[in-house]
Amino acid sequence: MHVIVDRELCVGAGLCVLSAADLFDQNEEDGQVVLRDAAAQLSTERALAAAQLCPSGALSAVEGTAR
Amino acid sequence: MIDALHIPDFPMQRTCPFDPPQEYAKLRVEHPVSQVRAPTGQIAWLVTRYEDIRMLLNDPRVSADRRHPNMPLTEEVTPQTRRNIAEVGRSLIGLDRPEHGPRRKMLMAEFTVRRMAAMRPHIQHTADELIDAMLAGPREVDLLTALALPTPTRTLCELLGLSYDARDIIQRSANAQLRRSVSAEERQQTSAELRAYVDQVVREKTAAPTDEDLLGRLVLSNRETGLYDHELMVGLTMLLLVAGHETTASMIALGVTGLLQQPEKIPGIVADPAAAAAAVEELLRYFTVVDALPRVAVGDIEVGGVTIRADEGILLSFASANWDDEAFPDAATLDLARPARKHLAFGYGIHQCIGQNLAREELHIVFRTLFSRIPTLRLGADLDDLPFKKDSNIYGIDALPVTW
Repeated sequence: MHVIVDRELCVGAGLCVLSAADLFDQNEEDGQVVLRDAAAQLSTERALAAAQLCPSGALSAVEGTAR
Repeated sequence: MIDALHIPDFPMQRTCPFDPPQEYAKLRVEHPVSQVRAPTGQIAWLVTRYEDIRMLLNDPRVSADRRHPNMPLTEEVTPQTRRNIAEVGRSLIGLDRPEHGPRRKMLMAEFTVRRMAAMRPHIQHTADELIDAMLAGPREVDLLTALALPTPTRTLCELLGLSYDARDIIQRSANAQLRRSVSAEERQQTSAELRAYVDQVVREKTAAPTDEDLLGRLVLSNRETGLYDHELMVGLTMLLLVAGHETTASMIALGVTGLLQQPEKIPGIVADPAAAAAAVEELLRYFTVVDALPRVAVGDIEVGGVTIRADEGILLSFASANWDDEAFPDAATLDLARPARKHLAFGYGIHQCIGQNLAREELHIVFRTLFSRIPTLRLGADLDDLPFKKDSNIYGIDALPVTW
């Protein structure tokens, strides 16, 4: 699985960074989520956990490899 | 069956010091969305299940706009206070999409995980000084006034760039806003007092902004973008003060009380940052100091077997959601090692607490420092005799006698 980010929906809660700092970061300028490696393949568990923690629906877990 | 003639009052009463109101467990099973009467006399839908609350908080038919006349409030207010709440809400927490996004983005860079981690040395210094003072005096201390209250007050003053002399007015006003036993008139008066203080501070920051503190940076960045607005700055500052103060103080006091129920777990939490981080999340879940927040429907919504109609008020109980066994198995048990981060203690949706990672840092540092420096700390009174705040919209304790 992989994670896709909709930056417009991000509210900067930082739960993704808190839980998986190797995968996510926050932009210094606006606090919005940054996916460190958009092509990263994640275990189903990690991808779903990231999506579930995000309060505003900015992260989605998607089957398969990133394009 | 719910008796149509008897709509229960909200807030419901807590009977055990640590537990949310006992009615919630029954409501979650039998009537997960049910009608209650708010202190304002307004009838609203109380939502008690974890998944329903998460769903509603990302539903565009659910509005946070405090100007709506049917927005249920959890305390009795004067008409003037209701207007003030609606007005302050326009700075951030009462905005819906799409207005909310740009406003939230003004603050997001200030509250990133990295920026909050940079506050660690300040918070550590504060905690050490306060604990030094405890250790220098008699071995009987009210932990609330010695540590739980001053930690967030000093942290907020440093972050925002306020003089620590402001602590009395901040503490008094934040407290009065949240106590249901405070009269509506008194609430209006202390709110006006805080507003006058914040108004003055914002004028000073505007006259000589520096990038050394949050308010100064906000003035500077808003001038760059042409968004500067005095009333908006006052509203945001009041919000940050009230939201970041009593909540954190309550969680420190309740958290220490909770940890002292399981003293055998404390050495592991002191020794291991990951164990401490997990304990902080579980304590946030277990105590959920903000029981419920209000919303209003702006369209018809099917949820939990009922239809909430447009213009009807909604109360979302985070305290109930966080004790929902469907989300947290054996939720009534304080399990300091459970993975609890998906709790709703900071809310959910676009309005989820922007200061949550500052709160996490404060709790983490205070708990570890306190028990590392005073490992023999214990309660100075029986748990059942502690003055738990049964009349506050933020749950907590009025005094926490400790000894060592």
